[in-house]
Amino acid sequence: MSTPTTGITAITTTETAARPEIPRHQGGFGARFAAGMATPGGAVFVLVAVLLVSIMISNPNFTDPGALIRFAGRTAPIAIAAMGQYYVIVSGEFDLSMGAVVATQVVLAGNFIGDDQSRIVPGIALMLAVGALIGIVNGLVTTLLKVPSFIVTLGMMLALSGLVRYITGGAASGNPVDDFRQIGRGGIEDVPVVDIIPYPLIILVVLAAASVWLMRRPFGRTLVAIGDNPEATNYSGAPLWSYKTRAFVLSSLSATVAGILLVGYAGVHPSVGAGYEFTAITAVVLGGVLLGGGRGWVLSAAAGAFALELLFTLLSSLGVPSTWRDTVQGLIIIVAVAVSARAWQVGRRPRRTTAPTDLSSNSTPNQPTAGATTGEH
Amino acid sequence: MRTPIRRTFASTSSALLVLAVLAGCSTDDVDDPADTTATETTTETATEEPTSEESSPESGSDSEWFVQADYDEQDAQRSATFEGDESEPWLQYIDGEMTDTAKFASEGAKKVCFANASVSNPWRQTGFITMNQQLEALQDKGVISEMEVRDAQDDDNRQLADIDYFISEGNCDAFVISPNSTAALTPGVERACETGKPVIVFDRGVETDCATTFIHPIGGYAWGIDTAEFLVDNLEEGDKVIALRILPGVDVLETRWAAAQKIFEENGIEADDFFTGADPTEIKSYITDALNQGEVHGVWMDAGDGAVAAIEAFEDAGVDYPVMTGEDEMSFLRKWEDTGLTGLAPVYSNFQWRTPLLAVEKIFAGEEVPKEWVLPQTPITEDERADFLEANDGMPDGHYAKFGGEDLPGFPEAWQDR
Repeated sequence: MSTPTTGITAITTTETAARPEIPRHQGGFGARFAAGMATPGGAVFVLVAVLLVSIMISNPNFTDPGALIRFAGRTAPIAIAAMGQYYVIVSGEFDLSMGAVVATQVVLAGNFIGDDQSRIVPGIALMLAVGALIGIVNGLVTTLLKVPSFIVTLGMMLALSGLVRYITGGAASGNPVDDFRQIGRGGIEDVPVVDIIPYPLIILVVLAAASVWLMRRPFGRTLVAIGDNPEATNYSGAPLWSYKTRAFVLSSLSATVAGILLVGYAGVHPSVGAGYEFTAITAVVLGGVLLGGGRGWVLSAAAGAFALELLFTLLSSLGVPSTWRDTVQGLIIIVAVAVSARAWQVGRRPRRTTAPTDLSSNSTPNQPTAGATTGEH
Repeated sequence: MRTPIRRTFASTSSALLVLAVLAGCSTDDVDDPADTTATETTTETATEEPTSEESSPESGSDSEWFVQADYDEQDAQRSATFEGDESEPWLQYIDGEMTDTAKFASEGAKKVCFANASVSNPWRQTGFITMNQQLEALQDKGVISEMEVRDAQDDDNRQLADIDYFISEGNCDAFVISPNSTAALTPGVERACETGKPVIVFDRGVETDCATTFIHPIGGYAWGIDTAEFLVDNLEEGDKVIALRILPGVDVLETRWAAAQKIFEENGIEADDFFTGADPTEIKSYITDALNQGEVHGVWMDAGDGAVAAIEAFEDAGVDYPVMTGEDEMSFLRKWEDTGLTGLAPVYSNFQWRTPLLAVEKIFAGEEVPKEWVLPQTPITEDERADFLEANDGMPDGHYAKFGGEDLPGFPEAWQDR
């Protein structure tokens, strides 16, 4: 049988031996839920709940279901952008071009669609095509030319910003036709209790469901694995360039959807989308997703966006001037990264380095040290 | 603006050379005590149209930007009598000191060099079109041979380099300068004056009176007084007003708010101000947040860019429209009419972009011009709105109703296809 004499456990153990369960899979639903909430990816949902209650206490107007759902509606674009950024970050990269993609799409909508009703559908198709193209370029240059994604997407951001500035001269132009703007402004009206269900919220829910499904598919699992250990995943036969490029495409497509919603919500202005990349990254980090990749849940990224917007709303209702917004965001990024890098240990299998202390008391042959089955052979 | 001014590579590199040469001395020239404001104004980027001189921070007032004497002067100028034909407001002026231009009188078409601060907002874009159409008219008349334009893209140092390029190798007969910021561009204007050629400054001012003429509408205080008095007249004491401002530190925008804030305080109007950068998303968020906090009765803007987003925030929240002041931008006038809200469109007379080239014509004809050419600045009221909407039918949303180019060549296509 096995010889658990040292840390280096021989793997002669037959695989029928009890393989320790991942803590996440132990216990009943309640215990698993509690364990999940204790990870950074779960804690953000607790944070959202706490912030929501705080706002309701400090500002009773916020207890109105109508006000709440409108808040959710206008937070939808940033939550969608955060989910897009999640794909890139969880695979170990960055997408800084997001804000510039939003601005490009907004200006494109204003110029291409304009007052022409019949151009709405071709316009949306064109915007999605442009978004996909930007993602493909970001992804291929990062993976095939081996340029760090930080630089590639920074370059893309500047290139697109320059293009927007060239087209608009830096000033607002006319808004696209109202029917198109309804996607970002309108909703299903005359709903009981909440009064209106904003279209952006519906789009967010659909995309969130699709994202959860996608992350449970082989694509999603492989993407996380790539972020965790690119070499190992590469040896397993998964083409890194293909997966990462698809992550970049998903990111720019989500920026495109955010752009479609924002042009409806606000209108055409070259500054729409400014800072979106950092807000999205902050939201993702606040959602407990590990920078560098490999850890984190897609819904936590969306929840991070809600937590961030709730925090800003709370601060403004407490009378903190909005000029502090950037400072708050900067502090959140630093603190969240520091905390989540450590806190993800909670949800993992016990580290092997802790095992030797147990060896003397826990040396029954049928209970190999946790993690030992991975061996070193 | 789909056709911004393109520079050739050669001229860009020569400008860079000049810039490099001047990098050391350009800042040294600004050494008066007021230049603390210069550093603030230099950081501006997409500023709205700014106004006149001022920018001398005074002691004794509660606001850094409030100068009682300027406030009183502009308050009086709002009801002043303007010389000249009312149908040509771009040539009207308030009676005052005149510059004798007999020494400039000469025959032949002249070359004008225009150092522009930027075209980075709809107001400047509209004005620049008007200026180019006025140029066409004067070229046809044989007054001007050509106008060389350099766009500083909101950058003080770039504009100083542009002016120095014009002085050294522009072969210019006259200089037209729309300064990017007040204190920083003063030495540039002074160097242009030293050439002995006519120098015309318009829109924002500088801290020297060496220019042949300084053209501007009445100013920021007048804007602030017109708008704040309108809101006070239409609101009750204790009502809440949201003030949407473009960005801090730009004198012309600050004086609009300084005047309005004073009047709000005196009349018990509770006004909260926010800087939005004219970004419609920001505007909408601020107003939505404010509406979540409680009722909002009025909206004041230091420039109309983004007014539509502000109105839409009230629609989306399903509450009554506010009493509101925007600007004479078409997007606001149209939305104002659609919604039927109680509003006023203050005007920072866009037609002033015609005046500099007409001044060139007068100067080379030896006609005297006002030393400080104060143009009329009259808000558009609800009663006049329909006329302006009709007169500007077919114009894009970023167009300004009081652009004053109806009699110029290329009307209306030049303003429609931008």
